[in-house]
Amino acid sequence: MTDAAAPIDHAEPRSRSVIAGSYLDSEGGGLSEWLLTTDHKRIALLYAVMITAFFFIGGAAATLMRLELVSPAGHFLTDDEYNRVFTLHGIIMVWFFLVPLIPATFGNFFLPLMIGAPDVAFPKLNLMSWYLTLIGGLCVLAALLMGGVDTGWTFYPPYSTAFSNSNVALAVLGVIIAGFGTIATGVNFVATTHTLRAPGMTWFRLPLFVWTVYATSLVMILATPVLAITLMLVAADRLFGLPVFDGFRGGDPLLFQHLFWFYSHPAVYIMILPAMGVVTEIITCFARRRVFGYAMMVYAVLAIAIIGFAVWGHHMFVSGQSVFANLVFSFLSFIVAVPSAIKVFNWTATLYRGQITFEAPMLYALGFVGLFTIGGLTGLFLASVPIDIQVTGTYFVVAHFHYVMVGGAVSAYFAGLHFWWPKITGRLYSEAWARFAAVLMFFGFNFTFFPQFILGYLGMPRRYHTYPAEFQPWNVMSSTGAVVLAAAYALPLFYLVWSCFYGKISPADPWHAKGLEWRTSSPPPKRNFLRTPVVTEEPYDYHDPGAAPQAEARPVDAARLAAVAPRPIGGAHG
Amino acid sequence: MNGIPLLPQSASTFAPPTDALYFTLVAVSGVIAFLVFALIVIFSVRYRRGSPAPRGALPPFIQHEFEIGWTIATLFAFLMFFWWAGANQIYQLLPPSNAMEIHVVAKQWMWKIQHSNGVREINVLHAPVDEPIRLDMTSQDVIHSFAVPAFRIKQDILPGRYVESWFRATKSGSFRLYCTQFCGTAHSSMVGSVVIMSKPDFAAWLAGQRAAGDLAGQGRTLFASLGCAGCHTPGGPIHAPDLAGLFGRKVPLADGTFRLVDDAYIRDCILHPHSNPPAGFDPIMPSFKGEVDDGQILALTAYIRSLAPRTGAR
Amino acid sequence: MAEAALASRTPNALREPWSQLSRQREAATLGMWLFLMSEMLFFGALFMAFSFSRALDPAAFAEAARHAEIAYGAANTAVLVTSSLTITIAVRAADAARGKLAARLLAATATLGVAFLVIKGFEYRDDLRHHLFPGHDFALGRNATQIFWAFYWAMTGVHAIHLTVGVVLVLRLFWLVRRGRMSLASPQLEVTSLYWHLVDAFWIVLFPTLYVAARG
Repeated sequence: MTDAAAPIDHAEPRSRSVIAGSYLDSEGGGLSEWLLTTDHKRIALLYAVMITAFFFIGGAAATLMRLELVSPAGHFLTDDEYNRVFTLHGIIMVWFFLVPLIPATFGNFFLPLMIGAPDVAFPKLNLMSWYLTLIGGLCVLAALLMGGVDTGWTFYPPYSTAFSNSNVALAVLGVIIAGFGTIATGVNFVATTHTLRAPGMTWFRLPLFVWTVYATSLVMILATPVLAITLMLVAADRLFGLPVFDGFRGGDPLLFQHLFWFYSHPAVYIMILPAMGVVTEIITCFARRRVFGYAMMVYAVLAIAIIGFAVWGHHMFVSGQSVFANLVFSFLSFIVAVPSAIKVFNWTATLYRGQITFEAPMLYALGFVGLFTIGGLTGLFLASVPIDIQVTGTYFVVAHFHYVMVGGAVSAYFAGLHFWWPKITGRLYSEAWARFAAVLMFFGFNFTFFPQFILGYLGMPRRYHTYPAEFQPWNVMSSTGAVVLAAAYALPLFYLVWSCFYGKISPADPWHAKGLEWRTSSPPPKRNFLRTPVVTEEPYDYHDPGAAPQAEARPVDAARLAAVAPRPIGGAHG
Repeated sequence: MNGIPLLPQSASTFAPPTDALYFTLVAVSGVIAFLVFALIVIFSVRYRRGSPAPRGALPPFIQHEFEIGWTIATLFAFLMFFWWAGANQIYQLLPPSNAMEIHVVAKQWMWKIQHSNGVREINVLHAPVDEPIRLDMTSQDVIHSFAVPAFRIKQDILPGRYVESWFRATKSGSFRLYCTQFCGTAHSSMVGSVVIMSKPDFAAWLAGQRAAGDLAGQGRTLFASLGCAGCHTPGGPIHAPDLAGLFGRKVPLADGTFRLVDDAYIRDCILHPHSNPPAGFDPIMPSFKGEVDDGQILALTAYIRSLAPRTGAR
Repeated sequence: MAEAALASRTPNALREPWSQLSRQREAATLGMWLFLMSEMLFFGALFMAFSFSRALDPAAFAEAARHAEIAYGAANTAVLVTSSLTITIAVRAADAARGKLAARLLAATATLGVAFLVIKGFEYRDDLRHHLFPGHDFALGRNATQIFWAFYWAMTGVHAIHLTVGVVLVLRLFWLVRRGRMSLASPQLEVTSLYWHLVDAFWIVLFPTLYVAARG
């Protein structure tokens, strides 16, 4: 079953330095060999550092918000301060955390590896993408330091163009620049997938992660430019007084909303599709099964990407758009939920007759399936116009998108982080701490966001920092959950960094996984493969078709056993 | 109301059908989520590594028929919900023709309410129970949104345009009104209430307000004091359109199109008289932008609407 | 003879991670087409917004558009279309290993691009003199005329920025080819010409939209 590629390292871990000879190894260039790298793996790490920093900034804003919402009268922050804090939270988390979260890190690191390529199609453009995102982020931080922005991440005019006394132009400029970086990444990944697949790697042998990154990249290319021009028109109004969206001068504020959501709805599919890809890689590996319904999974991904362009009006049901528009967008929003449901059923069915183990990546992945199911189901509520009328602009919507974006995409990110940590760093993390963090995150998350569904139907508006006193118990529950969630996010920072220095050294393929990325050393060499792989097997070839997987031990089990106590390794295990 | 609130009050005719849809969705979602969770747990336990449960090839029935089956079932269920929700939406659409009209002007950060008899309120809207109420709304500045959770209604309010919403309250009481579209600094404080009273109580309340005459009467006063009567008097020295009987008719415009004379057109003529000038008249009407506020425009419109067509030719 | 000497001095066009120049060219062309798709969405959104705004008040747009100077627009169209011709021939010349001709044509393309910007500059100056910039001293009375002119400045401005980027790219190619620092087989020539054609194509839509059709 194995193909003729680099030898799989089942043997004892190397005793020499983990990173020697790999992409992490120093070439004597100091910092500039990182800041001027064109190696997709290093660029992935540059992105990882950047989004982690932005995550903590956005998270700090969230902490302030939940702290403020503990009391109904909102003593801690003033009106203006709170408005600036929630705006910062939204802008940073959407554009500088969630959009690049999986594509720019795991997409960058693993797309070439998974298709058997030495790098992406345009390595220098890849580095430029990182710099564009960084510069955009610095503009937004500059806007923050100069007093912030208070329009909400959605920048609706006429408030943002004619009324706000904040640094709108600088903030939108930052988002526009980051958007160019996203487009460049999308172009790079699509071209890479088309032109750099190894011999034998046909489209229907690609891992689903590659499919999701590919679909995501198409969405990035086609949706992001619309955001760029829309925000440019806002900036033009702020800076030059060009009144395109001004209702009192013959313009139309609804035009902004259509243009903005035309991008921003596909943007959420940019966030979730790669997460779905990661989860597929992990569930198949830890259930030791081929994915159920590979072809349907591919079609579902493409359907979500395409139909996702046609549903933007569901953000505007009460905006004043026509009834006919409401019906059409409601219909399409129900339709777009079907492929996602198919994926959930297929992940569940992949477990059937598997040989399942519950390492941290699997726990995060199963958590994803649960939280994404809840988040996705609540999307049906929002697709129903009468219910949306009640809950739009309230905490129900806030809960919905946090379930899918945070419960979904962020869980999947952590799943992938743990799954691929040995490959990226050459080290094993502490399984006990990781499992604890995964379970803590699942409960902390539900505690934080489930009460918000109730608050939403009760009518508590979003972007409010004062609220009627009877809503306090739910708000306190939510804020308490947020403390637990914060701890669950902080934990991996400690044990993962610790593992870089003191963790057990990982073999090349600790999970006995399929996928070309595991057919090279951990960490990989600079050029990814010693010899270009030739692909002969189907994806997720964990067992013969028409058969079932056998229980088998993995190299990591042996390494873990060795770590626990000095007893002889070997003998039947599992 | 003690205890932790779980559900909003049900105080309008929209609440029961919306809640029915909502709770059905909750139930169905609960079932689906439970199914998924249960299967994951069951499979996780039964098929954990090394367990004695039999594995073997997946029967092709599962591979093909199940997949098609659950796809179609899901699609069907979702389409049923769309149909139900869509039907509800359409029902909520049109206010009854005899609805009582109340005007709302939203501005940072308050609600200005005006009843058709001229009574004005700030941040509180009094209305009778069991009566369809049509809300005619505009904004003076940014986008706001009129939301009353107990009635299950919400409508964004745009500047430079009129939007409409309606409700029929089924209970007396005071119900919270929120602004749910971010509108600036004091967005969180743009909270008011809708006070529903029995019909006799409402009549008494209305009578007790110091109303400066009905809205059309106010409009007549303004029509004279602002100088409109100087041109728009038939037989006068200036050739200006005669407004009697004009409201609700279609008139020819200078660009060759026809336009219905409604609230929005009257407002346009007052504020931007050269934007859609009528055919056959010189464009000499001055703009009153900055001289009249939205409340006064409402009064003038009510007055113009009240002008019956003159007898005789025309 | 001079051509051959030039060719022998130029570096290999092959770049990481490619092992074959033909594959690299395919990928570069694909990449540029993908980028052009994003640009089509970029300008497309702008055109959609314009069309929608125009539908709200066609009479105002017609009145506003009559103040746009069609002579400038027509001159610019001729200039830009010619530049597309010169860059196309430049790429063909490079393919035929005629570096000197390619360099001259690249220079001509850049010059025509600069000419466009200069003519546009004069047009902008005239527009400003006639107070056709939205604001408190806007010349035309009706409201939606400001919207037309807002779009005029936004659309021609964005186009001009794209054209400036194009001029810089073409000048860079000219310099590299002239100095022999770039192989004539490099995909950069064709890829840059694709971008140039797109900028031209946008103008070909922009010109009738702003100067002709909107006049009503």
